[in-house]
Amino acid sequence: MERIDIYPTHEYEGYPLRHGYVEPFGATLVHGGVNFSVFSGSATACTLVLFERGTDNILVEIPFSDEFRTGNVWSMVVFGLNYEHIEYGYRMDGEYNPPVGHHFDRSVILLDPYAKVIGGRDVWGMADRNDHLYPHRARPTIDDFDWEGDRPLEIPIEDLVVYEMHVRGFTRHPSSNVKNMGTYTAIREKIPYLKSLGINCVELMPIFEFDELEYADRFNPETGKSLMNYWGYSSIGFFAPKAGYAATGNFGMQIDEFKNLVKELHANGIEVWLDVVFNHTAEGGEGGTTISFRGIDNKTYYMLDDQGRYMNYSGTGNTLNCNHPVVRDMVLHCLRYWVSEYHIDGFRFDLASILGRDQDGNPLPNPPLLEQLAYDPVLAKVKLIAEAWDAGGLYQVGSFPAYGRWAEWNGKFRDTIRKFIKSDEGTIQDVSLRVQGSPDLYFGRGPTSSINFITAHDGFTLRDLVSYNSKHNFANGEDSRDGANDNNSWNHGYEGETDNPTINNLRRQQVKNLVALLMLSQGVPMIYMGDEMYRTKWGNNNTYCHDNELTWLDWNNLDKHADIFRFFRMMIAFRHAHPVLRPRHHMRHTDYVGTGIADITFHGHEAWQPDWDEGSHSLAWMLSGKHACEGGEPDNDIYIATNSYWELLRFEPPKLPKGKYWHLAVDTYRRSPDDIFEVGNEPRLRNQASINVEARSVVVLVGK
Amino acid sequence: MDITSQSYNEQITLIEVTGAIDGSSAPQLRTAITEACATGQHLLLDMSQVHFMSSAGLRVMLLLHRQLQQSDARVVLVGMLEPIYDAMEATGFLKYFETAPDRDTGARLLGA
Repeated sequence: MERIDIYPTHEYEGYPLRHGYVEPFGATLVHGGVNFSVFSGSATACTLVLFERGTDNILVEIPFSDEFRTGNVWSMVVFGLNYEHIEYGYRMDGEYNPPVGHHFDRSVILLDPYAKVIGGRDVWGMADRNDHLYPHRARPTIDDFDWEGDRPLEIPIEDLVVYEMHVRGFTRHPSSNVKNMGTYTAIREKIPYLKSLGINCVELMPIFEFDELEYADRFNPETGKSLMNYWGYSSIGFFAPKAGYAATGNFGMQIDEFKNLVKELHANGIEVWLDVVFNHTAEGGEGGTTISFRGIDNKTYYMLDDQGRYMNYSGTGNTLNCNHPVVRDMVLHCLRYWVSEYHIDGFRFDLASILGRDQDGNPLPNPPLLEQLAYDPVLAKVKLIAEAWDAGGLYQVGSFPAYGRWAEWNGKFRDTIRKFIKSDEGTIQDVSLRVQGSPDLYFGRGPTSSINFITAHDGFTLRDLVSYNSKHNFANGEDSRDGANDNNSWNHGYEGETDNPTINNLRRQQVKNLVALLMLSQGVPMIYMGDEMYRTKWGNNNTYCHDNELTWLDWNNLDKHADIFRFFRMMIAFRHAHPVLRPRHHMRHTDYVGTGIADITFHGHEAWQPDWDEGSHSLAWMLSGKHACEGGEPDNDIYIATNSYWELLRFEPPKLPKGKYWHLAVDTYRRSPDDIFEVGNEPRLRNQASINVEARSVVVLVGK
Repeated sequence: MDITSQSYNEQITLIEVTGAIDGSSAPQLRTAITEACATGQHLLLDMSQVHFMSSAGLRVMLLLHRQLQQSDARVVLVGMLEPIYDAMEATGFLKYFETAPDRDTGARLLGA
């Protein structure tokens, strides 16, 4: 039966119109036309501006008549539009009075906060030729991708190995040998590589539309070239995938291209997480640019002080007013959209502690937004991961409001393991907790709350962590003041690259130690793109502004550092093979399945005698295989001895029951390929009573 | 967009498309294809003169594929320019189709 609301009731300059549908917000294709719906809490009037796509030619400016306003929402259907031929924006009338929070200016054409496609940066690094009038342009789109039965994978989080990556940097280097370098579709070409490494989740650094040309007026003092916003932690719109990451951005097909990537990753058993930036926008603070939110409804979207100034908990000039009910709704709508339309499996929230602040910036004990996301029906099975701190001094690792759902980037894991490996004193107690999924931090939540990592995009690469004592960020143009100082790094005797074989061998061994501890720890391991091929960024620990060989992954490293890649691959395979490494709940330190030994036991040079002393640099522990999956999936016993002392130590592993023997799985002191053995092919130890653990090394035994 | 339709041989209709396949031209293409299919013929769709395809264009191609699935007719896309081929590949639409570099190869694929 035909609907009776498909006919126009009004007309403006030849464009047939009618009262629109209030929901959903944004531009939606409806029978015979496009429905436009936009909110502003304080604007006095709103005008829809329609452009001929890709040009400055304004087709028409249609004021929303007052009868098209419901509450604070303007909605209107415009009939007869060819949605592919137009771009749209809004003009908002209202008061310009910054001290009370209003920045209305009808001379500015504004981007729809709900824009699903944003034109203007269709090809990476290229500004639209009509950049001045309306640089970032909303386009209507249609969501009808053919998913052929795909849905989010819902892999248990404890079984994941996460690979944090930058879409462009992964394949932009010519050595990637892909057809369309630096794009979504190029990642698809590299799926066999990701599978060979063994990861089963990719976490994509921001892919919401941002302006890579944001820093065009800043220069690299070493090259004289313009800096770029390469990382993209600066959203222009939260609903639109970055067009410049699509090989088909110039055709406007970024939605289909990205969905096709997700679909194929899923078909290969790989989840897709997005690094989402809801803490601030690209509009900056005082004197910033007006693109969308500031002109649509500044007072609603931003945290302002009592004089209308931007509060800055993000370190970037503004802070999204996340716990304003309207903004909360937007975040919720946005995440639901990415899950339902793009089949995204999880979200990592940048500076997530901001999402727990109230409208005045005070931390809330029960933040409505975090609670709402945790209990949302559509998001019910996706992973929610917090970067549990912000630039305003809030540090919530271990105390982020979790509602049984939220996991955290465990910064304490990173710091403790780094300190231990560089032989700091007083780390042993802490190490014992970190390798157990941090029960001190996540008591009652489980190791599944702990995203364990040694390195991430922020900070040194793994190779640089063992090659530099200090950051070397001069190329960033701030005299190396930017970037973290507390890196817990150690150069092993020489700052930077060296030909000294002793230093280089030790560095490689340390990298293997770090990877081994990461993959042997309970919780969810995350590795950073390129660390598996021993990639350097030459000591720069904050490469957010470089779109060049400093940040592009050089695939030649794969051959050059085949031993490191092999070690990564086999450590990941070892983790996948042993459920005892991947418990959902914390260890109980009791023998609850009746095998005569507790689920986890700690040891020292002698079995059962761990050295918890401040000056201790070694620890061993054993995971009882019969306790794997709480007794549901018996595994081998696994014994791990780690020595960050500068001399060899002798360890005695616990005696195994009759008929079982210790086998050598890993010894990071040995040269490849004897540093790690394929699962099932581990050689049996001749001496079952004791083993040598060389200076600064990790030994793993399998009891079977 | 221009569309010409002619008989390639007894079993195959050749449709030549020139210009852009987008939201405004797509219905015309759809009509031409539907008419050709109605005769029970296989199709060679010569796309060597198509320089632009939009998202709506992709969708018409997919609808075409669906429509052909309901019949015994088959289609081969012929002579696609590299950017169009790449765009269809990147977005996942290409896998629904057989392609050939030229008409004769396409006709051989159709076994006719």
